[in-house]
Amino acid sequence: MAAEATKIDTYGEAASTGGLPQFDLSTWASQIFWLLIVFGLIYFVLATFILPRIGQSIADRTDRVRDDLDQAAAFQSQAEEAEKSYTQILADARAKAMNVAEATKKSVEEDILKEIEATDALANRESELAEKRIQEAKTTALKSVETVAVDAAGDVIEILTGKKITAAIIRASLTN
Amino acid sequence: MATDPMQQFEIKEKGDLFEIAGQTISFSNSALWMIVSGILIVGFFALTLRGKLIPGRLQSMGELSYQFIADMIRDTTGPEAMKFLPFVFTLFFFILAANLIGMNPYAFTTTSHLAVTVTLAVMTIGVVIVAGIWKNGLSWFKIFAPSGLPAIMYIIIVPIEVISFIARPITLAVRLFANMVAGHVMLKLFAIFAAFLVAKGGAFVGAAILPIFGIMGIAALEFLVAALQAFVFAILTCIYLNDVYHVHH
Repeated sequence: MAAEATKIDTYGEAASTGGLPQFDLSTWASQIFWLLIVFGLIYFVLATFILPRIGQSIADRTDRVRDDLDQAAAFQSQAEEAEKSYTQILADARAKAMNVAEATKKSVEEDILKEIEATDALANRESELAEKRIQEAKTTALKSVETVAVDAAGDVIEILTGKKITAAIIRASLTN
Repeated sequence: MATDPMQQFEIKEKGDLFEIAGQTISFSNSALWMIVSGILIVGFFALTLRGKLIPGRLQSMGELSYQFIADMIRDTTGPEAMKFLPFVFTLFFFILAANLIGMNPYAFTTTSHLAVTVTLAVMTIGVVIVAGIWKNGLSWFKIFAPSGLPAIMYIIIVPIEVISFIARPITLAVRLFANMVAGHVMLKLFAIFAAFLVAKGGAFVGAAILPIFGIMGIAALEFLVAALQAFVFAILTCIYLNDVYHVHH
């Protein structure tokens, strides 16, 4: 109860001194003095030592990230270039192979044609020779038929007439 | 335990130091806790200086704080106002630290005093005026007279603009002061009420749980208010700094 009484006493005291301590102007000068000193010191230390270094380390990081991104982009363009040249080389090689195949094919076809021509020529010559031989055989055969016919005619005349007529006469009459 | 909810704001002077212009300067609990907040701010940000390419937790906190204020200035005022970064940074973290220190039992809330909030507000508006005149010369005063109005309108507009400009430091100071005082008074009232119920004894002791829950709710709210008021003060500073760079509006 005694404590409660002192409480009421302090309350009464505070009320009598004029309510809010904030409106006690006698404390303002000290508060403003200390605020200016403390605020000024914080501002000075932050502005001169701390904030520039934080800003610097953020700037360094953004620079580094930008550099890395630039480098990545450079590498990518290099890779694209390499791919382009690779496809170029591939296309060239393909075209070259195609050319070689074409040329080979052409030359082989030429060879085949030449061979065929040569063989044809040979065959023609052979057949000509054979024809000639056949012709010769034919003429000799015809000649021998004539001889046989003249002989046969002489024999027939001899049997029918009993006269011997020379082959020359018969041949002459045959040719007439 | 005191029954006066205003006693927590009492300045206990620990000894007079010297006199300036008839005013006695003395060390007090307010000065002590201002120095504590200064040491905490400088100490914390000095610890975050690691300069590593891949930041650790502390360094991240420092850099996030820096970028938080830098973005605030860039978005509200513009990139040309970045030279005010140290000022807005100091302002925000000084108020935040003072408000949060005030949430600790036995600590003193320096920002609950009009002397402090008025000084901060006058400093802010002083920076706007000095920087504005420094940059624009006397044409800075055109902010009170927007161009392109019929001459007769200026008789009405100029006083309105001047009054709204003068209102800025007043509202800055009173908003912070009133928010801090109101929250702390509420906390104290609930605490006094709980103590009163316990002192009554009997069934009242159980009922004391209600104001205790109230204290918990208000304490949570006060942490929000502590951060929010620091943010509001800083962002309003950025908005007022617009008048340094954008005279023709």
